[in-house]
Amino acid sequence: MIRLTNVEKTYDNGTHALKGISFEIADGEFVFLVGPSGSGKSTIIKLLTGEVLPSCGRVMINGFSMGRISDKQIPLMRRTLGVIFQDFRLINTKTVYDNLSLAMRAVGATTKEIQARIPYVLELVGLEGKEKRYPDELSGGEQQRVAIARALVNNPDTIVADEPTGNLDPNRSLEIMSLLERINALGTTVVVVTHEKSLVNRFEKRVIMIDEGNVVTDGAHSYEVREVQE
Amino acid sequence: MKHNFTYFAKEGVGNMFSHGFMSFAAIGVTVACLLIMGTFTLVAYNLNENLKDLQKENAVLAFVDDALTDEEAKALQSKLEKLPGVADCTFVSREEARDSYVEQYDEDDLYGDLEAEIFRHRYVLHMTDLELMGELRTQLEAVEGIDRVRADETISAGFITVRNIAGVISIAMIAVLLIVSVFIMSNTIKLTTFDRRDEIAIMKMVGATDGFIRWPFVYEGLLLGLCGAVIAFGLQWVLYTGMVKGVSNSDTMQLLKLVPFEGIWMPVALVFLGVGLLVGVGGSLTAIRKFLRV
Repeated sequence: MIRLTNVEKTYDNGTHALKGISFEIADGEFVFLVGPSGSGKSTIIKLLTGEVLPSCGRVMINGFSMGRISDKQIPLMRRTLGVIFQDFRLINTKTVYDNLSLAMRAVGATTKEIQARIPYVLELVGLEGKEKRYPDELSGGEQQRVAIARALVNNPDTIVADEPTGNLDPNRSLEIMSLLERINALGTTVVVVTHEKSLVNRFEKRVIMIDEGNVVTDGAHSYEVREVQE
Repeated sequence: MKHNFTYFAKEGVGNMFSHGFMSFAAIGVTVACLLIMGTFTLVAYNLNENLKDLQKENAVLAFVDDALTDEEAKALQSKLEKLPGVADCTFVSREEARDSYVEQYDEDDLYGDLEAEIFRHRYVLHMTDLELMGELRTQLEAVEGIDRVRADETISAGFITVRNIAGVISIAMIAVLLIVSVFIMSNTIKLTTFDRRDEIAIMKMVGATDGFIRWPFVYEGLLLGLCGAVIAFGLQWVLYTGMVKGVSNSDTMQLLKLVPFEGIWMPVALVFLGVGLLVGVGGSLTAIRKFLRV
């Protein structure tokens, strides 16, 4: 579960990115986080991944209180998350299999566990048979599927996707979003940050809209989002 | 994380080869620094050995009182040997002293008929440390049966000064070169680490601990340091052996005695290995610190 209570974030340069934001995402939910550039979405993602800590207020992520988290606990908190980025962030010098096994090694998985888990996850994202390929040899959509597989491979409680379809054409975007919906149906909480109204409208999930560091609307679905944004 | 050590080692070796040019640069830097440091240390070591030899030649002469019989003069030896700072003590009879004197002027018949009686029995004493010369002179003068002592304290003071200066310079140079080596190695590995900052960020994001990220770099540094040490040792061997040959074949430098490499290869190898590993691992740890703050 993710809970933000009166969270403020002011950076060292004085930017007041979040101004007392509050919302809660229950286990198993699928949530879109939308808002214009500079609205504070990225700061929320950074708070969720432990890259920045709140200046004030409370951030709870899967049982970890980010205000009081120690340096040693941050890796443990991150293991409850699977993060997907717009630019995929795959290691191009490693094969698909090695990109995934690295994520499993990082949390102490054994070779046996890795060998058992990776084929299952690759099948789940529709990349069976591409284990030995390098990211450069794959299309954008396939690379994002590898990134999703990497996010999933450690069986996280929550998937946080930061503009996962930003670099993809509409058809591939739809495929990726459908894949995330399927993952959500298996019980994983999914938080998607996106600009793409059409996708948000199509999936009719809970939408939290952020603007100027505040929550503008929460709980609306596709139609309301379009109305607010327009 | 025990089961991960094979993985860390594999990653370390893999990284070393996948960043071939930077690895080559890091090894090159280690070799250069070790060679400079090694050559300087060996020169300082040989200088010290040569000074020790010269020190041995700077003996103290203790002349025995004429009133003593030959037996009484020889009996002094055990007393003198027990004095603090005496490395060895040799009795030279008046006859031996005469012969030695005559030998120096063997082309001149004038000294051929010298009587041994005009010379005195004497002891030639070498010291464990030249700095004890003044003290030894006082003690010798206090021994009953010793009439006069000849000790050149000015020369010995000169040796001590040269030895001390050489010691200070070599320690300072070694320290400076060691710091420079770690700094250059660290910067070289920092460049390879910079190349992999995205990889490190990804590992951090999936929940890798700092230790997990650090170990492959430590292995890589260890291997780079080891390679550098082995290559530098080989080159040092060739260079030093060449230097020894050059000095022994030279007419002007024959006075210098260089210790053969076969006699000192073990400490040289151990120091190179130690410094190489220290520089490699130290450089890696310093380099990666910055990139772990994600």
